[in-house]
Amino acid sequence: MSEHIVSVRIYLVIFLVLLVGTALTVAAGFVDFPGPLNVIIALTIASVKATLVLLYFMHLRYSARLTWVIFLSALFWMGLLFALTFSDYWTRQWLNQ
Amino acid sequence: MVIEGEPELSESAAVEHEVHHPALQHHFENLEQQREAGTLGMWVFLVTEIMFFGGMFFAYTLYRSQYGLAFASASNHLDWKLGAFNTAVLIFSSFTMAYAVYSVQIGKQRRTIVSLIVTIILGLTFLGVKAVEYHDKYRDHLIPGRLIPGHNFDPSHVHLLPGASAQNVEIFYWIYFAMTGMHAVHMIIGVGLLSVILFFTIRGRYDPEYHNPIEVSGLYWHFVDLIWIFLFPLLYLLGRHMEH
Repeated sequence: MSEHIVSVRIYLVIFLVLLVGTALTVAAGFVDFPGPLNVIIALTIASVKATLVLLYFMHLRYSARLTWVIFLSALFWMGLLFALTFSDYWTRQWLNQ
Repeated sequence: MVIEGEPELSESAAVEHEVHHPALQHHFENLEQQREAGTLGMWVFLVTEIMFFGGMFFAYTLYRSQYGLAFASASNHLDWKLGAFNTAVLIFSSFTMAYAVYSVQIGKQRRTIVSLIVTIILGLTFLGVKAVEYHDKYRDHLIPGRLIPGHNFDPSHVHLLPGASAQNVEIFYWIYFAMTGMHAVHMIIGVGLLSVILFFTIRGRYDPEYHNPIEVSGLYWHFVDLIWIFLFPLLYLLGRHMEH
């Protein structure tokens, strides 16, 4: 598998989309959405931006499958960290009931 | 290059050995394998970095879920315009970094040098703005704890939303300084890395066949951008909608 050269045009498009995403997240931050929507919108925009950086700037899209496995392992461990620790914090009050 | 079963080292094989790229290290078959191993190694390192920042993201999530109003009040005191400006600066620097990798891939040394210099300048710009922000926090007595003698934390400058506790504002600033501080340390390391890469690019070490150090430094640089993409909305924006 030889090295893939990403074109400047793709880099430019990603750059512009990232700027638009930043503007969107600022604009959405000042709108009072119902419930937890503000957090959800902010994290969704950030995740989309992060995915674009990973896929194109960091060439993940053109990388070997092993690189994908390594990267996804990070999400797996992060998921474990959050899930196990929150399962503790969320259930602490149960003892007092 | 002695292969078992081959009668003996032929003249042509010896010549072929000599024309190997000077950057090829002896324990790799070829540059392709060397490049993939290097890139993979960087990704493994980045996974440990994600876990490193992950702990702090967890702390943020936990305390924000418990002290939402205090976090919103403290967050609203940050200057979102400087934060947004810095986000744009980092995104632009990621683009110039990607362009540096592209330039070396197609063998344009001068363009590689220019885009690396621009990337470094943008990185320094980010750090400069961060320094201004930190100074504002210092002026408003928002450095948490008693880190600076005679200049203790005092949340009286923070406009508290109804129901927010001033005490918990300090937790936000601990997390703010831990996360942006560690991010800034990564930026400083990144600027150092790129300066070394720039030096070797000027010396003519890299070419379309061999440029893995630039590619790998780029991965690191983009990763630091990635962390900021999450830090900006989490630290600066969540809570703005409660202001009025």
